[in-house]
Amino acid sequence: MAKRIDVSGLNAYYGSFLAIEDISMTIEPRSVTAFIGPSGCGKSTFLRTLNRMHEVTPGGRVDGKVMLDDENLYGAGIDPVAVRREVGMVFQRPNPFPTMSVYDNVAAGLRLNGKYRKSQLDDVVEKSLRGANLWNEVKDRLNKPGSGLSGGQQQRLCIARAIAVEPNVLLMDEPCSALDPISTLAIEDLIGELKERFTIVIVTHNMQQAARVSDRTAFFNLAAVGKPGKLIEIDDTERIFSNPSVQATEDYISGRFG
Amino acid sequence: MDITTQKPAAPPAPGPAAPPDAPAARGVTRPGDRIFLGLSRGSGIFVLVLMAAIAAFLTYRATLAISKDEANFFTSFEWNPSGVPPEFGIAVLAFGTVVSSIIAMVIAVPVAVAIALFITHYAPRRLGGPIGYVIDLLAAVPSIVYGLWGALVLVPHLDGLYGWLDDYLGWTGILEWNDGAPRSLFTVGILLAVMILPIITNVSREVFRQVPRMHEEAALALGATRWEVIRMSVLPFGRSGVISASMLGLGRALGETMAVAMVLSPSFTINASLLDPGGGTFAQNIASKFNEATEMGRDALIASGLVLFVITLLVNGAARLIIARRKEYSGANA
Amino acid sequence: MSHATLHSRPASSLRGATLPKWFSWAVAGASAALGYGISAAAGLHSDIQWALIAALLFVGGSFAVSAKVEGRRQARDRTATSLVWVAFLLAVIPLASLTWETVERGIKVLDGYFLTHSMGVVADTEPGGGIYHALLGTLEQVGLATLISVPVGVLTAIYLVEYGRGRLAKAVTFFVDVMTGIPSIVAGLFVLSLWILILGMGYSGFAGSMALSILMIPVVVRSTEEMLKLVPNELREASLALGVPKWRTILKVVLPTSVGGITTGVMLAIARITGETAPVLLLVWGTNFINANPFQDPQASLPMYIYLQYTNGSEAAYDRAWAAALTLIAFIMILNLVARGIARWKAPQTGR
Repeated sequence: MAKRIDVSGLNAYYGSFLAIEDISMTIEPRSVTAFIGPSGCGKSTFLRTLNRMHEVTPGGRVDGKVMLDDENLYGAGIDPVAVRREVGMVFQRPNPFPTMSVYDNVAAGLRLNGKYRKSQLDDVVEKSLRGANLWNEVKDRLNKPGSGLSGGQQQRLCIARAIAVEPNVLLMDEPCSALDPISTLAIEDLIGELKERFTIVIVTHNMQQAARVSDRTAFFNLAAVGKPGKLIEIDDTERIFSNPSVQATEDYISGRFG
Repeated sequence: MDITTQKPAAPPAPGPAAPPDAPAARGVTRPGDRIFLGLSRGSGIFVLVLMAAIAAFLTYRATLAISKDEANFFTSFEWNPSGVPPEFGIAVLAFGTVVSSIIAMVIAVPVAVAIALFITHYAPRRLGGPIGYVIDLLAAVPSIVYGLWGALVLVPHLDGLYGWLDDYLGWTGILEWNDGAPRSLFTVGILLAVMILPIITNVSREVFRQVPRMHEEAALALGATRWEVIRMSVLPFGRSGVISASMLGLGRALGETMAVAMVLSPSFTINASLLDPGGGTFAQNIASKFNEATEMGRDALIASGLVLFVITLLVNGAARLIIARRKEYSGANA
Repeated sequence: MSHATLHSRPASSLRGATLPKWFSWAVAGASAALGYGISAAAGLHSDIQWALIAALLFVGGSFAVSAKVEGRRQARDRTATSLVWVAFLLAVIPLASLTWETVERGIKVLDGYFLTHSMGVVADTEPGGGIYHALLGTLEQVGLATLISVPVGVLTAIYLVEYGRGRLAKAVTFFVDVMTGIPSIVAGLFVLSLWILILGMGYSGFAGSMALSILMIPVVVRSTEEMLKLVPNELREASLALGVPKWRTILKVVLPTSVGGITTGVMLAIARITGETAPVLLLVWGTNFINANPFQDPQASLPMYIYLQYTNGSEAAYDRAWAAALTLIAFIMILNLVARGIARWKAPQTGR
């Protein structure tokens, strides 16, 4: 299921403002890649270009190539709606549909794509909730509103919702920044399990988290406020955290930064 | 226009942490504080007294009239309060008011929701703002102007529509047209729809605009089309707001006076067909009959006004209940 | 995955077949032509008919083609889009017509003479005359209503936000809500029954003002409440901590902070009651002559004037009605625009 992402020469704009410039990288299937860097360096923007969510922002546009295996996401005739089916996303703040129950939240993506028998849906919902390590906590309250869960549970519900449609890639935009340490740990464990099945990209502000969960780490930086963000380097996480090849990366990781 | 008060999702504003009913509890009171509290509390009490007075005096005059009424006030088709013996009833008015308001709602609510969606989700961004602004201003156009337009512009243009409805739907009986002037309850319904369209659109637009971006992105990230995003995130979030907007519009339609009085050719009958001229509404009847009414006639009109008052209270109360019941799913807590 | 069978994906699932941009225009053109053709062939005459047939063909046609090429979900999305556009265009027609007709017909007799003369010596069926008496009446009635409503409304709002916690405050909140929904004619009937039928007072501009203030008070309370709630608590506490008494804190800190918003709310409330006709009809009675005293004898008012000219029914009277309507709308729009201007200019720094 998991696919390789190959980005080359990617620029992203907000209106006329160039937010990230000339990014090229390869993201291996069945691995966790972490994006780190100071605020405003464009790592979230870059993440959102990987499932064409960036262009949803008013004024957002992109040029360059993002290959998902052998298909360019920005090629002619590509349907962004279909792209987002293949590349799932989990957001910074948990955002279950407030008007839907736990069950309906997980089934939402499947229901968009056609009719399923109740038993099929039941199967997928259970499997996805188990996959998100949430089944035991919510199996008795599947018909209660999803917004009634705790923050950490809501975030895992969102992960369940994203993996229910079996995407190839799972993007996570600071998925733990709104959570307490215990919930964070639960999600980090979950990421470790999910990488067996999905290509995972995670944006994080938490250096330890990047070190704990990821196989590869990419460091983004910007020259100054108002300048576009750039990819400084991407390498094995171990190497980035022990012996990065660029001085700026070392400064940032060791906290000697701005 | 107090759109803001209709926001269903407005979080309870963090009121200042004032001690309950002020410094009196402390023992030390400054004259300034006492006077100021007295004035502001007095104004609050004045509002209560005013409401009580409205209910009391209307009821008082209404009972004066109803006690002399020889016909059944609720079911009689007569309106002859100055006759000997006086006979009057509100059946025709209740029918006309309800029917014209229903027609207005059936037309206005879907169109208003669509326009609100158009402004927030479909129109090019440069257009959405100005359109919303213009509709905002249209909500302020007084009903007398809508009445003038309805009577002098809309009515002469309705022959075609009436003929067409008669040709294809005349067999239903309720849309049969016998070539009268198109000054019927149906026309009133259309005009009321045009009048309440801006207000429902405005409030709905406000609500749709408040749908948290993250809910829409959640749907988008699952691979939803624009319409599916609206169905999954926007409409469920906005539902209670749209209901309260519609109720606001309904309240206006029920109580609308001048526009109805100018467009309808009233009569104290209930016609089988909505396209035939005739019928009446509470408010229109008061305005049309007031000039020539005797004191007894005025009291009878006040009695009918009291019924209208009660109906609008019920509608507003229902709106509030619906909103309160939907709170659990309103999304305001997310 | 065991349920991978649920999604039988084509080799390249990203490349959804998409209809070209001109597709909608092409279908629209084709349906219009076809609708017109069918109407002509069947001998239908009404514009509504062929437009309706064309609209149905457009929605149905684009759904069918799109469902075939792009799939049902895209087709449904397309249908929703076209319905939203249709609704918008449908609503534009009456609202644009209203604006256009008022301006076009109203501008005919609207001039300096019209604004500065009354109807006193003009027969209703003759051209000439003006709205001076009505303008005067409206300004006085609305002015009086504002004088009553603003103190009551603002003080009530202050009570609710700054003091009110108990049962009284809850009751006031509830009944202000109820008051918002009172139909204007009912407000008129109330003043009629109390002031004229029971107390035996005559018809006057002031009687109308009382009814208008019943309509205005709740609007003022609501908007003022909203504005006071926007004032951050830190400001109040800062002032109280300096030893300033509460009432001076409210007068010197809270109200000045929110004065822009309150003014906006009051002006919008004025704009709302200026156009009210029904209570004026019941309580002020109307006249063709200038009566500068709002406390005695019937007065005229702009909305009332429009109604009287309309019921008169002659062409000259219709012209005057449209001109008065244009004046009234212009007045209300100016109030609205100024109010919004103030709101923007004095926007609370704490904006939500």
